[in-house]
Amino acid sequence: MDNKRRQFLTESAKLACQAGLIGLGVGIYARQAQSTPPQALRPPGALSEQAFQAACVRCGLCVRDCPYHTLKLAQPIDLIANGTPFFIARDIPCEMCDDIPCVKICPTGALDPSLKNIDKAQMGLAVLIDQENCLNFLGLRCDVCYRVCPLIDKAITLNLQHNQRTTKHAMFMPTVHSNACTGCGKCEKACVLEIAAIKVVPRQLALGELGEHYRLGWEEKRKAGHSLIPDQLDLPDRMPDKPSDFQPLPLQGFKP
Amino acid sequence: MKWLILRRFSQISILLLFIFAPFWIIKGNLSSSVLLNTVPLTDPYLLLQSFFAGHTIATTALIGALIVLIFYLIVGGRVYCSWVCPINMITDAAAWLRNRLGIKGGNTLSRQLRYWILAMSLLVAFVTGTLAWELVNPVSMFQRSIIFGGIATLFIGIAIFLFDVFIAKNGWCGHLCPVGAFYGLLNKISILRVKATNRSKCDDCLECFAVCPEHQIIKIPLKGKNSNPIISDANCTNCGRCIDVCDKQVFEFSHRFSSSLSQPEKIIHPQEDLHP
Repeated sequence: MDNKRRQFLTESAKLACQAGLIGLGVGIYARQAQSTPPQALRPPGALSEQAFQAACVRCGLCVRDCPYHTLKLAQPIDLIANGTPFFIARDIPCEMCDDIPCVKICPTGALDPSLKNIDKAQMGLAVLIDQENCLNFLGLRCDVCYRVCPLIDKAITLNLQHNQRTTKHAMFMPTVHSNACTGCGKCEKACVLEIAAIKVVPRQLALGELGEHYRLGWEEKRKAGHSLIPDQLDLPDRMPDKPSDFQPLPLQGFKP
Repeated sequence: MKWLILRRFSQISILLLFIFAPFWIIKGNLSSSVLLNTVPLTDPYLLLQSFFAGHTIATTALIGALIVLIFYLIVGGRVYCSWVCPINMITDAAAWLRNRLGIKGGNTLSRQLRYWILAMSLLVAFVTGTLAWELVNPVSMFQRSIIFGGIATLFIGIAIFLFDVFIAKNGWCGHLCPVGAFYGLLNKISILRVKATNRSKCDDCLECFAVCPEHQIIKIPLKGKNSNPIISDANCTNCGRCIDVCDKQVFEFSHRFSSSLSQPEKIIHPQEDLHP
């Protein structure tokens, strides 16, 4: 009887070790598989990367229902979690369908069904990342990214700046606004350069964050309708009354 | 051959439907799909992993998984293995070749290992908070890359084929695969079962033992004195190969609650059995 028990325990230990070794490898690989490359974008409404990889069963229904063949399922050779849907903006961007078929069909909620308005999608954030080669930054009027933006004048605006090279022209700087950009990638797709100067990257990569205690004085003033600090004591500015008040010391040996 | 042909027909036509049928008939893949634009179907093993990974299960996926569960509780859990899973065609081919080449031994894996791997897959899902096993699961990867295209098909197919031929007999499906282990658990209460109804006619030719990928499960229902003729073991895949190969028509598909035999056997009392 003792021998039987011993055999059972040895056998169980062997099996646990075999399964455990496989599990260790899989676990380490799974950690690495969360570092999705920045140019791979998730479909609209996708949960945060880890939650997405917990929810997505890799069924490809979103891929099937995407009318523009934007979405693809990751292959084992891709650097993206195996079988999960993604798209590369420079290849085929998201066309931002009004009815969001990819979210509608998702059976697991990996694509959050509470996303009803595609303009609220946050697949990524466009960043004009190369300010050396962007034609508008060179003072030309390309404007293509601005023109193709589905949320033109909200997600991308053209901000005027003085052209210091020619000294007499204006430069029209494409400027992305994170509160409106959905990360659809149409700007990146349309950029006329060999390699796009404007790129859609994950929002957490693109966005900084103010300290929690930071208050923008002008915003607070606008909200309150008046300045939040009491009237300040206005000391008189000391100005030279008469030219004779201000007598610069004669410079030694200076002959005009 | 009847059941073998039907099985191949089922396995291939499921794949062909996913690839070529209009999407209103069926779309998705074996992990989750939509039938006739209305009925959701979801692999309950995947959903279980998702649950362990900490995701709140959505209603559609849950309904889909329940439909699939009920189906397999009726027809037998491992019907997934022998009638649906495309890997089965590869491992069957490997078993055939191994037999032709007369390769023996080399297998030190336990048939229990798959249950440990099943538990491990749920544990890594819990620890990593992701469907970690699905990154490497050959079963889901293989069917997915057939249906959605991709080179993974080729490599997984070749790897499992070679493993089964040269390293372990019935190595993948019979020892390692946690998907089969999961569906095997449903077998414990599933209704449709193979039964050795005519076991009195058995002439000990051992054809069924040779052809069965889980041959350890046949012995007791076929040869056990006073035993239940129902093959109720968790690992039976309801593939029907034993029914096909038996000259004496010993086996047939029956249900769990049927224990009648074609010819009554002499009841042997345990006391007599001890001293034959």
